[in-house]
Amino acid sequence: MLSNIGNSLVVLSLATSILIIYFASHSLSNKNSLITKKVFHLSLYQSTFTIMAFFILITGFIISDFSLITVFQNSHTTKPFFYKIAGTWGNHEGSLLLWINVLVIFSYLFLILNKASSLKYRMYTLITQNILIIGFILFLLFNSNPFSVIEPLPKEGLGLNPILQDPALAIHPPLLYVGFVGSSIYFSAAIGSLLSNFRGESFAESIKPWVLVSWIFQTLGIIVGSIWAYYELGWGGFWFWDPVENASLMPWFVMTALMHSAMVLQKRNTLYPWVIILCLSTFTLSVTGTFLVRSGVLNSVHTFANDPSRGIYILIFLSLMIFASLTIFFVNHKKEIYNFNANSKESFILINNWFMAFFLATVLIGTTYPIFTEVLNESKISVGPPFYNIIIIPMIVPFLLLMALAPSVKWIKNNFKISKSLILISIMAIFFNIFITLYLGSYSFLTNLIITSSLFLIIHSLIDLIKIYRKKINFNYSRIVSHFGFGLLVLFIGLNHTFSIEEDFNLKQGDVRKFENYSLTFETLKLEKKNNYKAVIGKFNILDLKKGTYQTLLPEIRVYSQPETLTYESSIRSRLAYDLYLTMSNINRSEFYNIKFQKKPFMIWIWISSFLIAFGGTLRFFKNEN
Amino acid sequence: MPTKKVKNRILFLIVAASIFLLFIFFVLKTLNKNLLYFSTPTDVIKNDSLMIGKKMRLGGMVKKDSILVNKKEIKFIITDYNNEIIVSFKGSVPNLFSEEKGVIAEGELKDKKFFIASRILAKHDENYMPPELKEVIKNNVK
Repeated sequence: MLSNIGNSLVVLSLATSILIIYFASHSLSNKNSLITKKVFHLSLYQSTFTIMAFFILITGFIISDFSLITVFQNSHTTKPFFYKIAGTWGNHEGSLLLWINVLVIFSYLFLILNKASSLKYRMYTLITQNILIIGFILFLLFNSNPFSVIEPLPKEGLGLNPILQDPALAIHPPLLYVGFVGSSIYFSAAIGSLLSNFRGESFAESIKPWVLVSWIFQTLGIIVGSIWAYYELGWGGFWFWDPVENASLMPWFVMTALMHSAMVLQKRNTLYPWVIILCLSTFTLSVTGTFLVRSGVLNSVHTFANDPSRGIYILIFLSLMIFASLTIFFVNHKKEIYNFNANSKESFILINNWFMAFFLATVLIGTTYPIFTEVLNESKISVGPPFYNIIIIPMIVPFLLLMALAPSVKWIKNNFKISKSLILISIMAIFFNIFITLYLGSYSFLTNLIITSSLFLIIHSLIDLIKIYRKKINFNYSRIVSHFGFGLLVLFIGLNHTFSIEEDFNLKQGDVRKFENYSLTFETLKLEKKNNYKAVIGKFNILDLKKGTYQTLLPEIRVYSQPETLTYESSIRSRLAYDLYLTMSNINRSEFYNIKFQKKPFMIWIWISSFLIAFGGTLRFFKNEN
Repeated sequence: MPTKKVKNRILFLIVAASIFLLFIFFVLKTLNKNLLYFSTPTDVIKNDSLMIGKKMRLGGMVKKDSILVNKKEIKFIITDYNNEIIVSFKGSVPNLFSEEKGVIAEGELKDKKFFIASRILAKHDENYMPPELKEVIKNNVK
């Protein structure tokens, strides 16, 4: 029943897509500058159909309609209500439907919100976007249909992987999807702009809010994913340089570059071809990432079940997309005369783009290198995290310094002087760095450089803020907030990395273990029965020998019934200064429990500063709206 | 005779190209140092050129009834249903690590039968099996 409704709705969306393309091309050949009402109506219908299809699937999950394979494979009647809903996008098929929803909704919003732009530009954008929509709907229908039925009707579902039953992971995919699928709209807009010759400032103006929205959501998606990895995966880190994470980070680099160079295009009407390239590559990288992750080409530690047949389809689609967009780009390319002063804001923004390109190239090489070696000499390899750390971390130092200096550089031509305040800021940064080393302990030369330069950025941003506040001019604070947030992020990651303590023990109940300034006591074990799992809860006392204070942590081992899985739930005590992190695991019911203790300084500040980065973007977005 | 402008441009291009090449060289060198080769127990037994003591990843299934825990470490056997290697690990195992499930151990070989792991990875999928293994197992188990 639901299967039929769902399938019909998807087919209807497909049909409206084709009609939209037909009527939009019709408006193009028409002489008058009016868009037929039909296009608007059809777009609205299309959004309604896809949203309804998505709600049908959610309904399938809520009422546990196991006649749908997707529901059968990923849900269970005893699963909590919230995770029944979240289970909708916790699997390949459902998430693809969500993907199409974002494509369609963005297509509609772009159409109705860009009234000021030229008709040709809007129509070409709409046509391109609908070609993308058709591509993905066909993929959904023929390869990954969430509305496929299963015969005979199963009595009970297989259940959702328990480590996905988590609030952070419930909102992580939608955030990330709005981010990188949202980038499709400026992919289409770039094509539209090339074909309709709608260039320059007005083009920059029309894509800016979309770039900003996708950037904000992408940032939030990455943060939420990291938070989840931190508390759920039980190893205490939050970034692993795993292909899946890299896949979300690569489009982020391009979005960030695009956000900055779109400003140059808007203010100075130059760099148009570069902005187009960035627009095209964001969505291309998003699809590439999806291809790498979903097809099983890469040996990632935390992807979900994958299937090579998906890969072939995405790969063909991807190749067509790249080929078509590059052809359109080169056919419509016009030579531009660049007239840059080396000491001007536009050059500094270009430098930002170089950095982004460098980071992107590093991550791209590291992520895809295993594919090449496998084809060339059949050895399975993976690139370890040290590769990224060695290449990227030293580059962070000049990047941070430029991030502080560049924003105050003027457009066109700047007179750069080493002012007193700059010297003062440098001295303050060095002073604070020395202060930290004295207070917390020394660290390597490179860490010194990084901490000092991040302090430089932080202090510089604060002084900028005070200056602007004094002048009482109506100024956009977003840049300062984001740059300040980034400075804090690097600072806290640096400190966290340097001063983390990690200890592993195998303990029996009643054991006491002393290490550093702590004494850890394994007090009791308790059994608890919950709705869809049983839990063994350990009670641990951690005594701080220096201060004489103690804290109780309660890590759990959970045995989920559907599907039968064992998970280890970490117990985290978050403080402003540090997190205490404890996981307990047990194998074969042995009397020894494996205890992993970690002390992670300033953990909460890493999250706060990354949210600040995203918040800066949000400020700009609302500023733009007014 | 090239003008000054052309000369400058050529100079700029040469400098830019050499910096670029230097970067590529640096990146590739670091990359090669940080590669982790993935092997199955059969690869290890067959392959003589495998560096003992070099960091690598070993993948396979955790053999049934092979997990031993004592005060110091966890020992288990990784098998591809053809050959086996004993793995010793100090530390906590990830979620979804259990008998007869896919596992990847990162660490180094002590000799051809013994592997010291510095980290254990398991997929976030309860039915996960390293892709390389799927074929091997298809051949070995009816």
